Amino acid sequence: MSQHVLSVKVENQSGVLARVVNLFSARGYNIDSLSVSKTEDDDISCITVVVNGDDRVIEQVKKQLNKLIDIIKVTDQPKEYSFQREIVMLKLQLSSSKRIEIFQIAQTFKASILDITQKSITLEYLGSPEQLDIFIEILRPYGIKELNRSGRISFPKD
Amino acid sequence: MKGAKILIECLVKENVEVMFGYPGGVVIPIFHELFNAPLKFVLTRHEQGAAHMADGYARATGKPGVLLVTSGPGATNIITGLATAYMDSVPMVAITGQVSTEMIGNDAFQEADVTGITRPITKHNYLVQDIKDLPRIVKEAFYIATTGRPGPVLIDIPVNISNAEGDFVYPDSVDIRGYKPNYKGHPVQIEKACQLIEHAKKPVVYAGGGVILSNASDELREFVNKTGIPVTTTLLGLGAYPETDSLSLQMLGMHGTYYANKAVHDSDLLIAIGARFDDRVTGKISEFIPHAKVIHIDIDPASVSKNIIVDVPIVGDCKNVLAEINAKVKKPSIQPWIDHIESFKKSHPLQYSNSSDVIKPQFVIEKLYELTEGKAVITTEVGQNQMWAAQFYKYTEPRTFISSGGLGTMGYGLPAAIGAQFGMPEKRVIDIAGDGSIQMNIQELIVAVQYRLPVIIAILNNGFLGMVRQWQQHFYDKRYSHTCIKCAPDFVKLAEAYGAEGIRIDSPDKVEAAINKALSITDRPIILDFLVDPEENVYPFMPAGKTINETIMRELA
Repeated sequence: MSQHVLSVKVENQSGVLARVVNLFSARGYNIDSLSVSKTEDDDISCITVVVNGDDRVIEQVKKQLNKLIDIIKVTDQPKEYSFQREIVMLKLQLSSSKRIEIFQIAQTFKASILDITQKSITLEYLGSPEQLDIFIEILRPYGIKELNRSGRISFPKD
Repeated sequence: MKGAKILIECLVKENVEVMFGYPGGVVIPIFHELFNAPLKFVLTRHEQGAAHMADGYARATGKPGVLLVTSGPGATNIITGLATAYMDSVPMVAITGQVSTEMIGNDAFQEADVTGITRPITKHNYLVQDIKDLPRIVKEAFYIATTGRPGPVLIDIPVNISNAEGDFVYPDSVDIRGYKPNYKGHPVQIEKACQLIEHAKKPVVYAGGGVILSNASDELREFVNKTGIPVTTTLLGLGAYPETDSLSLQMLGMHGTYYANKAVHDSDLLIAIGARFDDRVTGKISEFIPHAKVIHIDIDPASVSKNIIVDVPIVGDCKNVLAEINAKVKKPSIQPWIDHIESFKKSHPLQYSNSSDVIKPQFVIEKLYELTEGKAVITTEVGQNQMWAAQFYKYTEPRTFISSGGLGTMGYGLPAAIGAQFGMPEKRVIDIAGDGSIQMNIQELIVAVQYRLPVIIAILNNGFLGMVRQWQQHFYDKRYSHTCIKCAPDFVKLAEAYGAEGIRIDSPDKVEAAINKALSITDRPIILDFLVDPEENVYPFMPAGKTINETIMRELA
């Protein structure tokens, strides 16, 4: 089992996402991360799927993705050959004693402060999925009230 | 022009001659236009029957099968038929009605999410959301169904689209950027294949349904002529190469001949053509071909190296690729190999113990072969009847054996036979059935009566769900749990009730006369109720997931 990042260019139509995720769910595979958005061409969407699976099974899934009529192109995007980014937004409890520490961590990571009240602070951080993991782990002891990750997008290096 | 009329015009443009189906609420506008349409509509008695008829028609003729049913239950009733066609790569276009677009998702009367349900069992499907898209969608549906690796395509048409006004402009061509099937094999791969073939010492051809789908039987025969390489076929490949020829090893797999399985196992080069290494073919995959390199010709890249790692994959149409290979290939020197196989043919023949007291099912099949001179189109149900039909009728031409291979759908044979008979009116079509399977879609018998189709239904009546009983006998301590179906209808009276001919045959000496009687009838269907040996088994029997060395052979009395 290893992690795969698949970038799937598809026709921007209803039902296409369901076709793509069906191929994973039919095998009992859980998708770790999924993002869908438009590309430079309004008629084409890009679906980025992060999934853990047996290499041969993933190879088979890639072939079956390619078979789908609405799928234009499927590429594997290993970390060495692509930029991979994700955004996290999280809300922390804000006690006066920890306020300075949290600001310092946010500054170190170049995270943005989206919102701040007497009781809580909401941060946004953009980075590689691994950087996000570290950021979240460092902040966990301060009491994360709510957290949401965007799902990964990937872009090939030249 | 109304959407319903546009649909009919599209079907006419696609040269649809016959379609199968059943009306219902949201397709009334389409049926309204069908009333005067220049194509034959066959009213089945169950939507599942319509799907299998379209399938049988497509397999017999090579043309796409077309069906039309209503929303909700009409559509869910064709699911088995779509899955059957999808597994066996049968070109089909299924049109389903849908509730009005503004009601979709509101649990409307007879609503089901049909594009959602059918997504994994169709090659593609469409929900028509705008009347402007209808002609393009129909054009694409036929194109997708019939090109590349064929398969069923479904078009879901909401009733307000059928009633909407639109322009009928049928597109001349199709351009789908995500769908460009590759028909020509790569020259480098073809060269590599020719090299392997030329230097092989123990080559075998393993030909599947793809050879028949791509109409490559002639090219396969030429290939064998040129190379002298023996041929085994899959269940769906039966007829791709004449089984009467000395280089034919007949069918391989779970109930294939011992010599076919042995030849494949011992081979040093397996040439797979339009076949997909199904588990019923390979048995235990790790010991399937311990010594062989593999050439795999298939139009579907997803079939290549799926179950078996392939040495020389050639993605392309079997017909084109074989023609290219035939132009280049040199004959290998394999006489010792042929002699080796011949010795296995002699020592392990396909056989059964005939009897003068009780009808052996294999004897019935042999007699059917003899009395039809091998020229009938055979359809089957699923189970023992299917395997005996595959083993003991000798197929020499493509599109003469029609059976649900991949999905293994009981109840397939009778509607498929009716569909095949509509496509091939000049042929004798025989459904080889079991007393279990035939009851699954028996309602379609009336369609054959209505259209005066002389379909012969040969029931191998053993009072059991025989294949499951055979597994219970071998692997489950003979505990025949719920496989005895002695409580059955009187099939002769049933035939009469439908207006068909019914003949019961209870001893071996009456078999020939009954078949001859059936063959003399040309204006109505005939049920031949053969009361056969209740506990006859199908052999050879390579159990699921086992190896050739664990094959159970017949003990002759």
